[in-house]
Amino acid sequence: MPTIGVNKADFYKALGREYTKQEFEELCFDFGIELDEDTSESKRPIIDGVEEAPQLKIEIPANRYDMLCFEGIAMNLNIFLGREAMPNFTLKPPSDGQLQTVTVSKDTERIRPYFSCAILRNIKFTKARYESFIALQDKLHHNLARQRTLVAIGTHDLDTIEGPFTYEALPPEEIQFAPLNQTKAMNGKQMMDFYEKDKHLSRYLPIIRDSPVYPIIYDKHRTVLSMPPIINGNHSKITLATRNVLIDITATDKTKLELTNHILVSMFSRYCAEPFTIEPVQIISDHNGQTRQTPDLTPRPTQASTTYINSICGLSESRESLCTSLARMCYHAHPSLTDSDILEVDIPITRADVLHQADIMEDAAVAYGFNSLPRHLPRTTAFTAAALPLNKLADIIRLESAMAGWAEVMPLILCSHDENYAWLNQPVPFSTNQKPVRLQNPKTAEYQIVRTSLLPGLLKTIRENKRHAVPMKIFEVGDVVFQDKGRERRSRNERHFGACWYGRGSGFEQVHGLMDRVMGMLRVGFISREEGLGEEEEEEEGAKGLKGGKGGKGEGKAGKEGLGYWIEEVDDPTYLPAHAAAIYLRLPSSSSSSSSSQPPPPPQRIGTFGILHPTVLKRFELPFPTSVLEMNVEVFL
Amino acid sequence: MPGTRGAVPVPLHTNGGQRDLTEEILEAVDQHEHVPTAEVFPATPQDKIKAALDRLASRQMVEYETHDKEQVLLTAEGQAIADEGSHEYKVWDAVRREGRLSLKDQTLANASAKLGQGNAFKLKWIKKDGDALVSLTDSVSDTTREQLQYAQEHRAFQDPKLLKDYSKRKLVTTQKVITYVARKGPRWAKEMPVEVTDLTAEMIADGSWKTANFKPYNFKAKGTLGGEGVGGGTGALHPLNKVREEFRKIFFNMGFEEMPTARFVDSGFWNFDALYVPQQHPARDLQDTFYVSDPPEAGPPGSDESVDTILAEMDVDDDQDESDHPPSDPATRAKDTTAKLDYQAYYNNVRAVHQDGKFGSIGYRYPYTDAETRRLVLRTHTTAISAYVLHRLSANPRPCRYFSIDRVFRNETVDATHLAEFHQIEGVIADYNLTLGGLQAFLKRFFRNIGVPDLKFKPAYNPYTEPSMEVFAWHEGLNKIVEIGNSGMFRPEMLLAMGLPEDLRVYGFGLSLERPTMIKYGISNIRELLGHKVDLGFIESNPAVRLDRE
Repeated sequence: MPTIGVNKADFYKALGREYTKQEFEELCFDFGIELDEDTSESKRPIIDGVEEAPQLKIEIPANRYDMLCFEGIAMNLNIFLGREAMPNFTLKPPSDGQLQTVTVSKDTERIRPYFSCAILRNIKFTKARYESFIALQDKLHHNLARQRTLVAIGTHDLDTIEGPFTYEALPPEEIQFAPLNQTKAMNGKQMMDFYEKDKHLSRYLPIIRDSPVYPIIYDKHRTVLSMPPIINGNHSKITLATRNVLIDITATDKTKLELTNHILVSMFSRYCAEPFTIEPVQIISDHNGQTRQTPDLTPRPTQASTTYINSICGLSESRESLCTSLARMCYHAHPSLTDSDILEVDIPITRADVLHQADIMEDAAVAYGFNSLPRHLPRTTAFTAAALPLNKLADIIRLESAMAGWAEVMPLILCSHDENYAWLNQPVPFSTNQKPVRLQNPKTAEYQIVRTSLLPGLLKTIRENKRHAVPMKIFEVGDVVFQDKGRERRSRNERHFGACWYGRGSGFEQVHGLMDRVMGMLRVGFISREEGLGEEEEEEEGAKGLKGGKGGKGEGKAGKEGLGYWIEEVDDPTYLPAHAAAIYLRLPSSSSSSSSSQPPPPPQRIGTFGILHPTVLKRFELPFPTSVLEMNVEVFL
Repeated sequence: MPGTRGAVPVPLHTNGGQRDLTEEILEAVDQHEHVPTAEVFPATPQDKIKAALDRLASRQMVEYETHDKEQVLLTAEGQAIADEGSHEYKVWDAVRREGRLSLKDQTLANASAKLGQGNAFKLKWIKKDGDALVSLTDSVSDTTREQLQYAQEHRAFQDPKLLKDYSKRKLVTTQKVITYVARKGPRWAKEMPVEVTDLTAEMIADGSWKTANFKPYNFKAKGTLGGEGVGGGTGALHPLNKVREEFRKIFFNMGFEEMPTARFVDSGFWNFDALYVPQQHPARDLQDTFYVSDPPEAGPPGSDESVDTILAEMDVDDDQDESDHPPSDPATRAKDTTAKLDYQAYYNNVRAVHQDGKFGSIGYRYPYTDAETRRLVLRTHTTAISAYVLHRLSANPRPCRYFSIDRVFRNETVDATHLAEFHQIEGVIADYNLTLGGLQAFLKRFFRNIGVPDLKFKPAYNPYTEPSMEVFAWHEGLNKIVEIGNSGMFRPEMLLAMGLPEDLRVYGFGLSLERPTMIKYGISNIRELLGHKVDLGFIESNPAVRLDRE
């Protein structure tokens, strides 16, 4: 959201009265802008030895380019308050009828194809108006023009140059002029070097630097007006004394080109000797069908349905009353003569944000007052709530873990590549569907990838809590992300359960116990490896009894079928050798029907737990033994 | 203290036959009406006496009063005077012993002697005779020493006025002492009864509870959770998740279905284009959005079977009749729905409504590029999922309510109020003939559930809603209204491109989970709430949420 600073005293004068802070805040609120700050009571910057006059800093909606300057905000509020009518902008060609012309060369298509122009005659600048004019161009360059990539503006003292003008594209070496506020002439290439270190201009250089031709605007005498989007020539620069202003606008986007022109002339033509008149310029651009006079000030005629507006606003306003409301929002509207539902609405050139009758409807609601609308919610149907199955599953695990005495943590999902792999002694995966999602433009090395494991976050949480009494027992149920070629987003989330025990002893049995507990609560039976693999060897009741003493419900029938898990020692570089276990899951036969023709799905390895390898502990700066657990829980859905 | 409440009788003698302090106190109180403990047990430290008295007093066997008293203590210098005599005495004594003492004598060369000389002159004990000192008297009375000796013995001066003078001379200091005077209590007994600390199964079984003498419970101390450390004996849920759970319950109570949001990576199409965010919008800048470099780009927009099946499973009202037919398999129903959707047509609509205008909109009128739609991003809002779910609704348009609370990502510079990750709470309501005032009425009801009764609505801008309203509420602490959420009605450009009917309007509203949580728990730095820097002690001790009760 852009914030615009306006001189407080001048602004209230423009609104015709003084406001208390609260009164002005309420006005802004109703209109849909926001008073960010009133600098009356704060320390203000000293400019040229004088403290800046008190300002109102006003935040405006990002699509309201007609409020990017003092003049625009004042105009919109005055119209909203009914103090002014929307001005009628008119074209006023010179008395001899001879328009200034700008001929666009075909070469400009190679770099910046579109051109627009306008002249403000007999304008009277004051210091404040002049500064506002410059500031508006900056705001437009920054917002709408996306840092001058889409649109660039140049303004010139027309009395220092002479038409006809040409807009060309030339090799940089052939361009030679003294740029704004410089006395020495240089060519296009030299200028690139000259502004390389310039704090303000350097960021725009890449827009044209590597192009074989640079855009350039000349007058009749080959005086350079500007080299868009970088800099104007010094020769034609405007001053407080300038009376006739030529505005050049170049662009790669046609819509934003004319929009920029509209905003500049609608905001500043009010200072012309004949207010709100603009002198058009003839653009000759036959090669791309853009020959025309600019600017075109014709409001855009459109229609809006009274039924539509009333229906969404919950009102039953007459067409006439809606027209009155809309006039306060800059529209010229009148009831259609042929259709009893339709309003004929003229969208002024300032209101490029209006795309659909929905926008007109919203403005009608703003004029009526959002907080005065009838508040009625019709009840058309009964709704049935439903929880996401994945979240229900996660909640079971979360609650069971907390009830077992573990504390839930919520580390970040983005992490560094090393934390996720090297620090855990894990190799970078080779298979595409195991690879992490990498970020293109992180601001810090902490955010290089989307985690594929919960462990880095758990271990960092312990690291940051070393002052806490030991043992620490923490867990998280959260998503990790892997690449996945087969999907539209080329990636998939996977919900994992992770836990970490940190204390003076290893805690191996504690994470094991937590895993058993969660399995029990999910009705996953504890089975032997042989059972899991479906190997019909003799059932070792004794051994099973010993191991499975704590199994949950369903233990009885867990042996031969149904959901079951077993663990076995595994070599995993994250863990201390011989102190890590893989968790295997046997899934029940797929279909619920008893046809046993379907072979049961193969067992899945869903996770690992064990004592962390001391080298891992060292990297995460953990002095005490630590055991961790991580498993995929989506198999239990 | 583990074990103190076990079912163990308190033994009468804990120190192997030696009488313990409680017994001595009982003995003393038995013999004297008032027992000033400092005098009766001068060698016993205060804290021990207090502990013994409390033990007796808790059983009302003894009562006691506490007295604050100021005691006089000698400083090192004061002690030296009490032991060896005052400075003036020492000078006089030296002169007397020598008969005549040269002023240059070593004896007079120290600080004490210099001070003593002056005083001895004043007291007329000695006088100067040429370059030597001679005694004027045969005997003196050393009052300073005597008074200090008295103070040493009695911890006070005979004449209390002296204290000030001696304190000034830094010969004494004072110290506050607490002493006790004990006497018989209402349940006086000379012997400590045998006590049990707790009721046991054996006592219930053998009936001994009837006669047992229970050790009094300390009602002033906190109980224990039986674990190690503060809160160490309990598990805990994360405060953000506790607040999340409150919001979920509110949504469920209001009939909302939870959207499948387990999809952090999304395409430019779903995250932006489908929501009518133009391709040059600042939100799509590298400064604001995390783009993905690997994998390089998304596939064309289409249906996501895993998500579709879940949606079909949750949508109990969807295509189901109440007859005896077995409910159809969600996967099959999901496929039936997908068959009614044309994703290519949808894509073309989105392109058209951006580039050329369609559905009554003039569009943004810029050259739409397919490559932008394929760029992968970390979703900047869960609304990307809402767009997917709403498009799916066009296969069977009907009133419905959806919500989600899940993680979103912004390429922010991290500070006290911004993290690159946070949680978005989002609600979507589709219904016929919805009004803007109806959204206000709904939001009032929704926020009343979290204890925010009065709302004000401000017109705002959002690329995918029109009208858009920011939701404001009065903030007691800041003494002004503050923004607490965002809302609006989705734009026709977005909904009509999906193929939803014109009269099915859709509300959308959202807020962050972190903000109300930070207010709730008085946290000013978001890093203390989300991420690895959160204090575990805080997680373990933060209270239940109860948004509607405060």
